[in-house]
Amino acid sequence: MAEAQMQVSDEVAISIENMNKWYGTFHVLRDIDLTVFRGERIVICGPSGSGKSTLIRCINALEEHQEGRITVDGTLLSSDLKNIDKIRSEVGMCFQHFNLFPHLTILENCTLAPIWVRKTPKKEAEETAMHFLEKVKIPDQALKYPGQLSGGQQQRVAIARSLCMRPRVMLFDEPTSALDPEMIKEVLDTMIELAEEGMTMLCVTHEMGFARQVANRVIFMDQGQIVEQNEPEEFFNNPKSERTQLFLSQILGH
Amino acid sequence: MSDTQSHNVAFVRETFLPESAPPSTATGPVKWIKDNLFATWANGLLTVAALYLIFLVLSSTMPWIFAGIWNAESLAACREVLDGVSGACFAVLTERWNQLLFGFTYPTDQYWRPTLAFVLLFVAMAPVLFFDLPRKLLIFTGLYPFLAFWLIWGGTILAPLLALAGVVVGYLVYDRLVKNSFAAGFFGGIVAAFVVWYIGGFLISDTANENAMLQAVPSRDLGGFMLNMMLGITCVSLSVPLGIALALGRQSNLPLIKGICVVFIEFIRGVPLITLLFVANVMLAYFFPPGSGVDLFIRVVIMITIFSAAYIAEVIRGGLAALPKGQYEAGDSLGLDYAQSMRLIILPQALKISIPGIVNIAVGLFKDTTLVSVISMFDIVGMIRGPILASTDWNGVYWELFMFASVLFFVVCYGISQYSQWLERRLATDHR
Ligand SMILES: Nc1ncnc2c1ncn2[C@@H]1O[C@H](COP(=O)(O)OP(=O)(O)OP(=O)(O)O)[C@@H](O)[C@H]1O
Ligand SMILES: [Mg+2]
Repeated sequence: MAEAQMQVSDEVAISIENMNKWYGTFHVLRDIDLTVFRGERIVICGPSGSGKSTLIRCINALEEHQEGRITVDGTLLSSDLKNIDKIRSEVGMCFQHFNLFPHLTILENCTLAPIWVRKTPKKEAEETAMHFLEKVKIPDQALKYPGQLSGGQQQRVAIARSLCMRPRVMLFDEPTSALDPEMIKEVLDTMIELAEEGMTMLCVTHEMGFARQVANRVIFMDQGQIVEQNEPEEFFNNPKSERTQLFLSQILGH
Repeated sequence: MSDTQSHNVAFVRETFLPESAPPSTATGPVKWIKDNLFATWANGLLTVAALYLIFLVLSSTMPWIFAGIWNAESLAACREVLDGVSGACFAVLTERWNQLLFGFTYPTDQYWRPTLAFVLLFVAMAPVLFFDLPRKLLIFTGLYPFLAFWLIWGGTILAPLLALAGVVVGYLVYDRLVKNSFAAGFFGGIVAAFVVWYIGGFLISDTANENAMLQAVPSRDLGGFMLNMMLGITCVSLSVPLGIALALGRQSNLPLIKGICVVFIEFIRGVPLITLLFVANVMLAYFFPPGSGVDLFIRVVIMITIFSAAYIAEVIRGGLAALPKGQYEAGDSLGLDYAQSMRLIILPQALKISIPGIVNIAVGLFKDTTLVSVISMFDIVGMIRGPILASTDWNGVYWELFMFASVLFFVVCYGISQYSQWLERRLATDHR
């Protein structure tokens, strides 16, 4: 692994200060403080319902937070639509269910946002798209529709689609949990490659092998709070909190 | 069994069997008839009964149609020729076809104008219906309404040009303001268009119509199937965009817009079309400034349009609701703004789901245009019930006339239905 490229800089990519979020009266996220430096690969894990998805969806304003500050690349996330659109175009996101556009071909899926948001000429956008489709190893599927691809291929297209916007940060929400075991590897390989190139990544996943190999920080969440965070070696071998120990014993134990 | 086979499992084929035809009981018409018409005893009975019914219908109508008279001056003349034999009197169609198609007051020497407009309609619709055609053709589609207006109504060409100018100015203003906010662009555009029309209205002199290139034809002279087509096409093409706007408005986060759309849709859906038409006939005139002369045709178009737009809005709302939330989120997460993600992601998919429902409403709307005959407009039904049946010549020729009207409507509606099925197949990309 190219260790040199995986260095973390001390430039701040995302900073979350004192963030709180409620769904109605239900307090989903409580006092979240998190600073992500450029080039960091962070894995977020925790039991179901602990607020992992909600946390990363707040970062690109798919969910609105009620208290605290979120700054992405120096842009403060507020209700101002201009800021929100700016942040969203800098932050790529991959979903558990891929969310490709079924009425567009793979190539059109990848060129849509560059053409309409970045105003890239069509030709150039297509070249970029082909470049990233090659990177995720499915250039030959470019003219098919998403429904004709396997789950693993669809998720790799989703990654390529995000990359076409040349994002500075990538968010992943359980990208492999809707996939069959043999497809998980192809998606994880793509993500590992991305990490090696120095992409800043926040990844909700229960793939602990991936966390050990790629992450430089693992965050454990429970009941809407960050309970523990540490380097992967420390985190897995020597968890401090009882709840982390319980969680790890449950997912690694069998 | 297993014992006798176990010492004999090894097998090698040495001679290959030639291909042979299946037995005639397993293929061909005999098998088809047996499977589909006489599969069971009850099935066979139903087949026989159905065949008998078809025979009854055909044996009574066919002679009537084939004995039909195509040349006669009046019903009495027709009966004379028939001489007691049961037969249709299609002569009414050959005598009065022009009235059935164009109404009885449209100037006879000007029939080429609506006919030309009708032919050009296909050119204008082609790029909308078949999106593989070059996009440049859409320019003609954009100009077509103004051209058709000029051809059908005639009069000064300044009127359609002014209408076009209003639309262009409105669009330019929209384009300018939409960068700040969609609402500003939308309402700014509408206001700008009305300002142009208002000011332009003073510039066109009252006498402009008198020495115009095309003789002016007032709205009350339009009639026949032409009127049905005009109402149908205008109202469908206006009510689809209005329906989309209402459906999106109903989903809006802004309580005011949402409220207006909900009240509008629920109110319009709760009122029979015929009442709306009576309102158009008498009351709507009060809403427009006196003397502005908004004529009956426009008032009826407004009513039918809002009526079907309310239904279309609900169909599209169903389509929108059927889309997974992930599609909205994917659009948002890529940084597309509201208008872009609606236009590029949400609406193409929601409209595709809604095609059968929209077509259903379009077909219904087209047939409902015959309701205008009750507010004394002479559409094809109005023509039949009024001037033709009331004339001494043709009093009593019901079947032939209404059959003719039915055939015209059927051809158009069947065409719409076939197109929509083609469109659904063409758009099927999800491969589920
Ligand atoms: N739209 C919503 N309205 C109300 N409550 C919600 C909503 N979305 C999520 N929640 C609740 O918020 C909590 C956190 O949800 P979240 O999806 O962030 O959990 P998660 O950690 O991602 O869980 P999982 O591992 O199952 O994906 C859950 O208790 C969930 O029930
Ligand atoms: Mg989740």
